[in-house]
Amino acid sequence: MTDGGRMTELRADLALVADLIPAGSRVLDLGCGSGDLLAHLMTTKHCRGTGVEIDPGGVLAAIRQGVPTIELNLDTQLGQFRDSSYDVVVLSRTLQAVHRPGVVLNEMTRIAPRLVVSMPNFGFWRHRLRLVGGHMPRSKDLPFDWHDTPNLHHATLIDLEAFFASQRLQVERRIVLDEEGRPRPGRGANLLAGSAIYVLGRA
Amino acid sequence: MPHHQGIAPGDSVGVVTTRRVTLFDASSPLRLTSGAVLAPVEVAYETYGDLSPTRDNAVFVCHALTGDAHAAGFHEGATRPGWWDSMIGPGRPLDTTRMFVVCANLLGGCQGTTGPGSVNPATGAAYGLDFPLLDMADFVTVHRALLAHLGVERLLAAFGGSLGGMQVLEWALTYPDDMATAVVIAASSRLSAQNIAFSAVAREAITRDRGFRGGQYAAEGTSPDIGLSIARMMAHITYLSEEAFNEKFGRKSQHGQIARGFGIDFAVESYLNHQGETFLSRFDPLSYLYLTRVMDYFDPFADVDALDAVRRHPVNYLVMSFDTDWRFSTEHSRRVVRALESSETPVTFREIESPWGHDSFLLEIPAYHDTIRAFLECPRGVVDA
Repeated sequence: MTDGGRMTELRADLALVADLIPAGSRVLDLGCGSGDLLAHLMTTKHCRGTGVEIDPGGVLAAIRQGVPTIELNLDTQLGQFRDSSYDVVVLSRTLQAVHRPGVVLNEMTRIAPRLVVSMPNFGFWRHRLRLVGGHMPRSKDLPFDWHDTPNLHHATLIDLEAFFASQRLQVERRIVLDEEGRPRPGRGANLLAGSAIYVLGRA
Repeated sequence: MPHHQGIAPGDSVGVVTTRRVTLFDASSPLRLTSGAVLAPVEVAYETYGDLSPTRDNAVFVCHALTGDAHAAGFHEGATRPGWWDSMIGPGRPLDTTRMFVVCANLLGGCQGTTGPGSVNPATGAAYGLDFPLLDMADFVTVHRALLAHLGVERLLAAFGGSLGGMQVLEWALTYPDDMATAVVIAASSRLSAQNIAFSAVAREAITRDRGFRGGQYAAEGTSPDIGLSIARMMAHITYLSEEAFNEKFGRKSQHGQIARGFGIDFAVESYLNHQGETFLSRFDPLSYLYLTRVMDYFDPFADVDALDAVRRHPVNYLVMSFDTDWRFSTEHSRRVVRALESSETPVTFREIESPWGHDSFLLEIPAYHDTIRAFLECPRGVVDA
């Protein structure tokens, strides 16, 4: 992404997603926000692609960065995209905010052979403590009040992986992140991860 | 309508004049898609801003069905500016401090460019229905000839709304190397049966008028005024949304109170009458027939090879629609986006919220203008595609 002509640093979790995408890929970024990921992939990895966003501020920012951006609703309008017309479809921290995650995953699987999906982990220990203390979870990964959140679905990593399996998606790779968005190798992901990034393929 | 009356940000380009140039003559006539040849072809055009020394800042504006070359600024002594003044000028989305903007009356028109009302050199009288049928590609041929005359080899953008957007689409699909970006607003790649139906009734109104005289009305000293004004009144209904009509007129009476009868009673009737009347002084009935017919037949994606050229020379497209436009609804624009996107052409699409229907593309709507600014702000090489 450029800021007054200078390259600025990509948000940590997006940099990890960018590393998972092969150079030269055609990438569809669903919920692309201000288009940072695609702008980065286009300038540094010779990727091409399209961003999809519904928030007007995000759409304008993405357009300003030179990212081809289509304003549409993920829940109802992904039929716009042809079968296998992309190499990779990205869905960053958005699956929990769509109405029907199964339908969206199904559409993504139709559009590209490889999916990159990231999700906050509802099972993170801090969330569990909040619930035990009588309050709905809040953290850096789930920063919203219960009454004012775009998130419609909450899942732990265990729930999420079971759901992927039920959607006939195979986890090819999983990157577990701590609360600061840094990779956190080791055991106990469902308790210790703030979020996770998955590379999924058709099973 | 607040959007009409609000003062657009930025400045006017000031006083402008329409120029005319003969681009095709008997020695090098215009060869039309149909195979027919036409000469001479004179074109009326205006330009705003200056062409840069590297000739990389030109934007061509294509006008809609009844538009003309006078897109911005004021003619000497005029109180009303050009038809897209809110879009073009210093500090406006087509910023004339940075861009060289060209607008020309299209072939078959009646505002200075050769059309069916022009004199046929073979007869010394107006062409009438002897004027050849036109195709969207013929408009583009003439636009390109004008650019060659002006010394512009490649455009920063081709830009247009409604029929203007259809010209841009045709141009960008056929000669993608001509431009870095293509902006297609409130347009269509294929008219629906309903669209064609409205066009058909408009043409019937004109040709069934006793004054039409088989198209020889100029020679016979008549004029199909009733037909042309009815065509215009009906078209105006399709240019606005129901909401816009409610907002502008509601059920207000024209004379303070409703006086039942068959005269002009409601304000909306007076408005339509006025639109029909004023149209007569500036538009030629035969141009209306020829230009609407070009729209009816336009269907570039019917050709399976339509996207071959643009695949080789990708153009960055911006496609926009307005949510209350029912003449060319958002579905028309989505169809264009689907075709371009599935051929891996970079395309940006927005549906802009606006209560004003099809006419929204002429208005200064913040989200609409912000999108165009953002799209044009992004630096794109004009030399390297």
